Amino acid sequence: MNNPTPIIGLEVHVELTTKSKMFCGCPADHFGKDPNTQTCPVCLGLPGALPVPNQQAIEDTIKIGLALNCEINEVSHFDRKNYFYPDLAKGYQISQYDQPFCHDGFVTLDSGKKIRIERVHLEEDTGKLQHTVLGGEKVSLIDFNRSGVPLVEIVSHPDISSSAEAKEYLKKIHQIVKEIKVTTADLEKGQMRLEPTVNVKITDEKGGHFTPLVELKNINSFNFATLAIDYEISRLTTEFEKTGLEKEGGNKTTRGYDSVKKLTFPQRQKEEANDYRYFPEPDIPPLRISKSVVEKIRADLPQLPDVIIADLISAGVKPADAKILSKDAAALTILKANPDLDTGKLASFIVNKKVDISSNINEQYSKLTQVGETDTAKLSNFVDEVLTANPKVVEEYKKGKVGVLGFLIGQVMKLSQGKADPKTVSSLLLEKLSGSQ
Amino acid sequence: MNKQIHELSVVELLHGLEDKLFSVTDIVHHYLDRIARYNPELNIYLHVNEKAIDQAKAIDAEIKKDGLTKPLQGIPFAVKDNFLTVGLPTTASSKVLEDYYPQYESTVTKRLLAAGAIILGKTNMDAWAHGSSTETSQFGPTLNPWDLGRLPGGSSGGSAAAVAAQLAPVAIGSETAGSIRQPAAWCGVTGFKGSYGRVSRYGVIAMASSTDSPGPIAQNITDAALVTSVIAGQDQYDGTSSPKEVEQYHKLLNRKDLKGMKIGLVKGYLLPTMRTEVKTLIQNAAKKLESLGATVEEISLMDPKYAIGVYTVIQRSEVSSNLARFDGIRYGHGRENFGEEAKRRIMLGTYTLSAGYYDAYYKKAMAVRTKIVEEFENAFKTYDAIIGAVSPGPALKLGATKNEPMFGEMEDILVEPSSIAGLTSAGVPCGFVDDLPIGLQITGNQFEETKIMNIAKVYQDATDFVKFPEKYQK
Repeated sequence: MNNPTPIIGLEVHVELTTKSKMFCGCPADHFGKDPNTQTCPVCLGLPGALPVPNQQAIEDTIKIGLALNCEINEVSHFDRKNYFYPDLAKGYQISQYDQPFCHDGFVTLDSGKKIRIERVHLEEDTGKLQHTVLGGEKVSLIDFNRSGVPLVEIVSHPDISSSAEAKEYLKKIHQIVKEIKVTTADLEKGQMRLEPTVNVKITDEKGGHFTPLVELKNINSFNFATLAIDYEISRLTTEFEKTGLEKEGGNKTTRGYDSVKKLTFPQRQKEEANDYRYFPEPDIPPLRISKSVVEKIRADLPQLPDVIIADLISAGVKPADAKILSKDAAALTILKANPDLDTGKLASFIVNKKVDISSNINEQYSKLTQVGETDTAKLSNFVDEVLTANPKVVEEYKKGKVGVLGFLIGQVMKLSQGKADPKTVSSLLLEKLSGSQ
Repeated sequence: MNKQIHELSVVELLHGLEDKLFSVTDIVHHYLDRIARYNPELNIYLHVNEKAIDQAKAIDAEIKKDGLTKPLQGIPFAVKDNFLTVGLPTTASSKVLEDYYPQYESTVTKRLLAAGAIILGKTNMDAWAHGSSTETSQFGPTLNPWDLGRLPGGSSGGSAAAVAAQLAPVAIGSETAGSIRQPAAWCGVTGFKGSYGRVSRYGVIAMASSTDSPGPIAQNITDAALVTSVIAGQDQYDGTSSPKEVEQYHKLLNRKDLKGMKIGLVKGYLLPTMRTEVKTLIQNAAKKLESLGATVEEISLMDPKYAIGVYTVIQRSEVSSNLARFDGIRYGHGRENFGEEAKRRIMLGTYTLSAGYYDAYYKKAMAVRTKIVEEFENAFKTYDAIIGAVSPGPALKLGATKNEPMFGEMEDILVEPSSIAGLTSAGVPCGFVDDLPIGLQITGNQFEETKIMNIAKVYQDATDFVKFPEKYQK
């Protein structure tokens, strides 16, 4: 038995930061508010109350879909997902089933691998249960402030094959939804919740075997998601070695993650999707989203990090620098404002903080480039100085420990007060080291 | 004026108030006295508004100061107990909601109150509006004022009986499939159902969300038109309410005849099982309409039995979901309080939505629903209205629903197609069989309320079928 290959899909829930809730006028910002102070007949699910959809939330969902390269359904509708839980006021959650607003998108990882996105849909959040002790009695209280807050669910295909990829995917989603300003996506406030579904493909002489699926619920940190996935991969592999049990309809389980004990624990048996008795929400007419609305939303989207990075790289910026600069609006402006300078070099200077972007860029740039290009004699002296001062290191290098080169380069850079071009320094060093052999 | 207050229509009451023949307090007193006298035997009202007199006095003061300024100023009305009313219990005739006092007002009652009307009380109904008899009420059946051994129909049985027994000049009901027109027919009064989306459902305890339509039950179509013009119109709290502008229907009832109107008499609605006398009354009505200038032709529509199938599946499915919120956690009474009929519907609806059955039942029903809608759309390309009986026969005897789980559907077979298509329809008295009233339905295309009201008005003006049971005229 070898090659356990993890198969990971991710469901990400994002609370939208709209002014009002999904289907009523109550404020959507519920964090830290006194229990049940932001409720009305609609979000309490009182008899006779009807949901009226929040236009902004729908537009925000489409925004997310577009940012994740999704297609937008021209006709969409809400569905009822029926199940009983004390925090679910109506006995059903208004969600989307067969016609979500967005479908078939993707996120590209740095490796170039595409993680396909199955769907992006809009639903309402539930209330919150508080299990506590009142007057010596164990009680469960319900706070409906969160009930009806717009919640977007982003569902990926099971294209992810390691916890590291999962983390990168999650961080990209996080960055994107924040960038387009539809949510503050504060994980500690539960505004972004992560639910990986994991199983493992194990190949032996008889062929490939797929272990049962595990859904990991409500994880609120990227690191915990990584740890939980890794824990599950090894647990599922061990479990399969013991039982030989394979995935089949009905044996999907749900587990939680205990961040203190660093392990996952079983929650409930996952109900089959169709036991939710989904059917079209009769209280809300189907929605038609015209192409022009979609295009308007698309036009208003800010440039996304992936696109910025790609543009920078094609302008000659090193990928590592591009990634850092993509988050630095001021630096990006400077780069754009100086088309005459070598973008790659300027970017590198900015990243290595050799230039102060608040003062004259041209002046600093020419100074930096001049030193690197012309003053080879001076540099040569610095190199000699460093080699003489560090005979032990030179010896180590000669014994084959080539990693010390970085240290030597650093020393030369120090002497040049950071003005030297590391490439030139490196080649000078190599020349002299091989010459003195 | 020789008539007593309870014999006056809403329009006549407004004229009387204008002419200062009586005060609002006089009207409300008169009705409260009658309710005290007759309600114990009829079981129409579940709750009577104890503040009605105070409210009447306040409106008298308003009128004294500024005159009549609102469309229904000083008019008392009865309202079905599935409309949420602040300060009055709202139970939908189910023990699950016994003593439930709502936190907010339904849009319909809110609009009526804003128009100056006064709630007399809340009327009995089939529990959760499940039925066509008012016999499934968990607070006892309402009796038909024409014959105390008979059912008033339902689910708005209390509201229809209230108008028939003249315990309210007008009442509000709600129709999911026949629940206004059928009890109105059995009680010999006029019921009006607006198109789906014409009147807001906000604050009406949901039965089948995709067909629920509130509407008035009145002495005549003019009163029904007046009340509809007040309660209709878009509501920001109901996403399915139509933005179409509301007409002042009662002011547009100016047709003197039906010249140029083309009316279809649905052949298939004259059921083989129907009593000959009922068929004759419907054919007489057709002749009457013809004599008033309309062209009446027999038309064929899909066998109404298919509408029953469609309606049963969709309605049970929606019911099973709509009643889920009464899970025993919040409203003070546990799920064991659901009656037989509600339990039956919840189970059937849960089944039709379940894995593996959804396609065979719900999805198929929705597909046939589309067919029915298309068929009506086609018919209305040629016809201004279509007519037929409201119900296969007159009011049935108490106990008729026993062991008949499909009772409502069989009694509503002729009104279910128009309901699932969201059409507008009037139910008006068209004669008597065995001294029991029979109702004629005049059904029109979506949002053609004015046209249908006009046909009903011309018919009502030319006939003399609006009668009230003698016993309660004293």
